[in-house]
Amino acid sequence: MTSKTSTSKTSESVLRLAVVALLIATVELLCRFGVIPVAVMIAPSRMAIELTKILASGEFSADIVSSIGNVLISTVLSVTLGFIAGLIIYSLPSLRAALEPLLASYYAVPTFIFYPVFISLFGVGSGAIIAIAVLLAIASMITATLSGLDRIPPVLRKTGRMYRMSRVKTAVMIELPAAAPYLFTGIKLSVAYSFIGVIASEFILSGSGIGYAIAYAYNNFENGHMYALMLLIIVLAAGVNTLLNGVDKRLQMRRQR
Amino acid sequence: MMALAAQPGAKGTPLAQPSREEAHASLQGVTRLYHSEGRTLHALGPIDLNLVKGEFFSVVGPSGCGKSTLLDILAGLNPPQAGTVQFEGKPVVGVPEGVGVVFQEDASFPWLNVRDNIAFGLRRAGIDPSEITRRVDYAIGFMGLKDFAASHPAQLSGGMRQRVCIARTLVLQPRLILLDEPFGALDQQTRLLMGDELLRLWRETSATVLLITHALDEAAMLSSRVGVMSTRPGTFIDIVETGWDKDRDSRVVSTPHFGDITARLWEKLRVEAMKIMSASKS
Repeated sequence: MTSKTSTSKTSESVLRLAVVALLIATVELLCRFGVIPVAVMIAPSRMAIELTKILASGEFSADIVSSIGNVLISTVLSVTLGFIAGLIIYSLPSLRAALEPLLASYYAVPTFIFYPVFISLFGVGSGAIIAIAVLLAIASMITATLSGLDRIPPVLRKTGRMYRMSRVKTAVMIELPAAAPYLFTGIKLSVAYSFIGVIASEFILSGSGIGYAIAYAYNNFENGHMYALMLLIIVLAAGVNTLLNGVDKRLQMRRQR
Repeated sequence: MMALAAQPGAKGTPLAQPSREEAHASLQGVTRLYHSEGRTLHALGPIDLNLVKGEFFSVVGPSGCGKSTLLDILAGLNPPQAGTVQFEGKPVVGVPEGVGVVFQEDASFPWLNVRDNIAFGLRRAGIDPSEITRRVDYAIGFMGLKDFAASHPAQLSGGMRQRVCIARTLVLQPRLILLDEPFGALDQQTRLLMGDELLRLWRETSATVLLITHALDEAAMLSSRVGVMSTRPGTFIDIVETGWDKDRDSRVVSTPHFGDITARLWEKLRVEAMKIMSASKS
């Protein structure tokens, strides 16, 4: 049974890789044979070569470091603030009842419309970028915290009382690990939203970062740079996501009861 | 045929019981009310119950009669509005040391493996690591979990998870073990076998056991005494002494005496269950 499942899992990932490889190969051929003109898109193989070049030259190192730094800061802020806000909202049921419809429709509002507000508040630079990214990411962490706390089986809290544990010890040793799989979903979403928030904000309100560099390359017809940086973002996002999915999978496996 | 030494009594009349002085744990005049939306619900009592040290006492009763409330009160998880609760001569305020509970729901910690689940309470109690290892190893062997020590609860069946919870309670060597329908979710065969394990455990630890169950056969097979509760507000309407030997096991179910006990329990319980049925019809 287990080996059967793992065999089907392996063939699934082989198939997934094959689909991606086929897509890349198709684009490669279309570019090579001039169906897609060089002025529109460069071949994926050239994207990879350009990427190694810019990574080796260090031309965009400052931008890359700045973007990754902003994503990290946004993630940490949205996870921390979202978790604390979630705890407060959870402990005040009337506040929660009032806020829940707002949280549910939160992502209906395009957060980016607030960029003029943040520019006037923080000026052009990392401050405004991080603010937008946090605004985008925080709601998912609040929602995840609430659902995590909701799903702690009451019998586990009762068990804590049977061990005569203090409120704080129960929170740290029972409630937190019991809610961990849900909290991790919030962390995963916060990372994704921070990525989107930072890169997209750099397009419109920054003079540095990968998003800015892509916009700059686009405006100056530097296709090589532009596609190399786009590839870098895809690789970074996919890499981080794969890592987080690995952890998530382990946590979810334990949640099945 | 063994006689069923017991004292059937009408609701409200006290049943003959061991004296409070010789009781290991006791409830006197315990009453529990719940207030919600301006209404008061009389859930339980007044209850008088004296548990003798080392006895196996089961409580049966119609659903919603307050069986679990009774257990929570004895465990110090839920204070009564009236009456007194004592364990080893001291009033119960909060969860007393020496009392262990196995809940109806799966209370295993999904993030810990079997070994760490069982050791959890011992580590909290600050017991010496070598002693923890000794007790956990013993409990793992006793509960037949040897091949699963490194497994997480998600990889185990419902019955095995409940065994983990029983082991987790057992390693703390409680002097009073409270079991709230621990086999409720299990199939009949597993329940009978778990009952045997429970009897083995009870003999070995010489702890006092209070078992809440809805299964009459389980109560009749396992117990030294069985208390039958009325519909809400739950009080004891009968306490049946089974007269089994201490080294009994699930094979007693094939004896005529077992039939007599279950018949007696059902006779009392049937009246109460019918009250609920007719109340829900009208």
